[in-house]
Amino acid sequence: MTSHTLSVLVENTPGVLARVASLFSRRGFNIDSLAVGPTEHEEISRMTILVNCDEHPLEQVTKQLNKLVNVIKIVEMDPQASVQRELLLVKVKADADSRSQVLETVQLFRAKVVDVGPDAVTVEATGNPDKLEALIRLLEPFGIKELVQSGLVALGRGSRSITDRSLRALDRTA
Amino acid sequence: MTEQQTVPESRMTGSQALIRALEEVGVEVVFGIPGGAILPAYDPLLDSTKVRHVLVRHEQGAGHAAEGYAVATGRVGVCMATSGPGATNLVTAIADAYMDSVPMVAITGQVASPLIGTDGFQEADICGITMPITKHNFLVRNADEIAKTVAQAFHIASTGRPGPVLVDIAKDALQAMTSFSWPQPLDLPGYRPVTRPHSKQVREAARLISEARRPVLYVGGGVVKARAAQELRVLAELTGAPVVTTLMARGAFPDSHQQNLGMPGMHGTVAAVGALQRSDLLVTLGARFDDRVTGKLASFAPGAKVVHADIDPAEISKNRHADVPIVGDCRDVIADLVVAVQNEHAAGRKGDYSAWWKTIDRWRETYPLGYQTPEDALAPQYVIERIGKIVGPEATYVAGVGQHQMWAAQFISYENPATFINSGGAGTMGFAVPAAMGAKVGRPDDTIWAIDGDGCFQMTNQELATCALEGIPIKVAVINNGNLGMVRQWQTLFYNERYSNTDLQSNRIPDFAKLAEAYGCVGLRCEKAEDVDAVIEKAMAIEDAPVVIDFVVHSDAMVWPMVAAGTGNDEIKYARDMAPAWDSED
Repeated sequence: MTSHTLSVLVENTPGVLARVASLFSRRGFNIDSLAVGPTEHEEISRMTILVNCDEHPLEQVTKQLNKLVNVIKIVEMDPQASVQRELLLVKVKADADSRSQVLETVQLFRAKVVDVGPDAVTVEATGNPDKLEALIRLLEPFGIKELVQSGLVALGRGSRSITDRSLRALDRTA
Repeated sequence: MTEQQTVPESRMTGSQALIRALEEVGVEVVFGIPGGAILPAYDPLLDSTKVRHVLVRHEQGAGHAAEGYAVATGRVGVCMATSGPGATNLVTAIADAYMDSVPMVAITGQVASPLIGTDGFQEADICGITMPITKHNFLVRNADEIAKTVAQAFHIASTGRPGPVLVDIAKDALQAMTSFSWPQPLDLPGYRPVTRPHSKQVREAARLISEARRPVLYVGGGVVKARAAQELRVLAELTGAPVVTTLMARGAFPDSHQQNLGMPGMHGTVAAVGALQRSDLLVTLGARFDDRVTGKLASFAPGAKVVHADIDPAEISKNRHADVPIVGDCRDVIADLVVAVQNEHAAGRKGDYSAWWKTIDRWRETYPLGYQTPEDALAPQYVIERIGKIVGPEATYVAGVGQHQMWAAQFISYENPATFINSGGAGTMGFAVPAAMGAKVGRPDDTIWAIDGDGCFQMTNQELATCALEGIPIKVAVINNGNLGMVRQWQTLFYNERYSNTDLQSNRIPDFAKLAEAYGCVGLRCEKAEDVDAVIEKAMAIEDAPVVIDFVVHSDAMVWPMVAAGTGNDEIKYARDMAPAWDSED
């Protein structure tokens, strides 16, 4: 099984997230990560979905997704040809003795400290999943009090946009 | 849809807009029951001269009636119910329509929008509930959206792969004022069904047909939906290949045709099952490799290449890898295939299937469909066979689910598409009576026979009241073996004859003939083989009332042939413990 990143353009209508999520569970697929947000076009939202499955089931889930009336377009993002990022917020134990070591690790990863307390700091980091995992591994020995991570978002490299043609389709019917 | 006439903008309530929109999309009948949340819609419905409302006795009946109407006419069936329990009672029929790709629009009332999400009286999240069993659904909170949503719902239900669409309308949207105009824009950027097949794939399919030695045209319900029976016949006769028609495709190719091997699958003919298993090319047209057809998938048609044509790309290579995938409407696909095969022939390439036919004909002769006649009881197969013979192929037959359904698929000869209506994918018991009612409303001049079981009949027979009062004279043959027959058959075969809770005792209670009379129908009973023809003819002579015949039949009859669940098709038995000898040379 390999990890696949799907960019899914959907109509920005109520219930569309539920439709997509329930389709995955009903057809027996697990979503590793999911991020939804607005795009440059207000009628379109973009979901980035990380699924772990083989090639054939992926084709099946893509076809099933395409059948959802609110789904406009699905593109699988090639990790080599796209920028993929997650956001991490992590609260690490850091007292006077350990704080400088924590800050050193944070700097190494070009992360930043966004909140400081007497015995903890909150670190914000963005990056691909591998980088964030490495950061977490190095912070673990200090003691992680709380951790939250966003779903992955991805954008293809180069000047082409996956929304171009879909937007034209939208304009035509408007 | 009727011809689109422009309706200038005019002010009216949301309810009036709903009924106007239904009129504009060409709805002639709605099956439903009113209730609190949908009540506003029922007021203008009273005034509509174009839309007939059939008041059913249970919402499930409304749903199946809409399905029966849709399959019989090829148009979109419409059912209507109120919020909460009204809507949830539609769920079984919606799921059924989804599994069998039946074009249907279900309209449900919803509690007023300020109450949505508060667990209000008769509130149910019917959009959430039906999400996985509808092609699409809509929650309408604003009167201005009603007409547009109706237009979109009918478009989605009837195009591409047909299916059920639910429109849930909040009560305050029905009551509010809005402006109505027609036509409405179809603003569906994510909905673009592909209907025209790719010519390269079609040529490749034709090439494989020429090269094949043991091809089979594996025909499914998609051919009926696409109204491609004529094209199919041309293709079949042009290629000379054997044809199998699945449960959903019975009638898509005439049973009387020499090339028709009958139904494949769990209770298919030995010839149809054997032909699929030993085929070197499956030309799959609007079929979906359902588990009831393939048996154990890994051992299904092991030597066959697969051409798979379907309007739904998600069906292609879902269960079985397609060597030549063709996405398109079956009618277009088959028409294009005919041309491509003609081109092959013109180029001197024509498949020689004579050895194949020799093998198949041996199977057909050695293992025809048949049944045993019990000594002092009525054989259910005989009853169904006689109905088919006496009533003939111009009538439409509607079955429930179980043994009687399989016998109706096996022992009635179908010559025309959409003359066998049944619940295939979902296997919904109780389908027959309401679906027959819907079919009769859609084709009032045709004879409609429900072939039902005593278990099925007791699930939805209250619609007989609807039939009697609304002037819908269907015929119902209750194949009464007093048991949940198919379940009992499995208990006989796989549970050491331990008959746990399958004995309905419906040969004692209720008295179906009296029940029919109580519902304003004619009730008849038949218990002997020598009376079968006379009672069928008597039922045929009654034209002004629904007729129910209680055929009291042998309870130990079993459906054969059978591929036991979970086994491969090669393990088919044509009678208990009797396996066909596939390769015996003559």
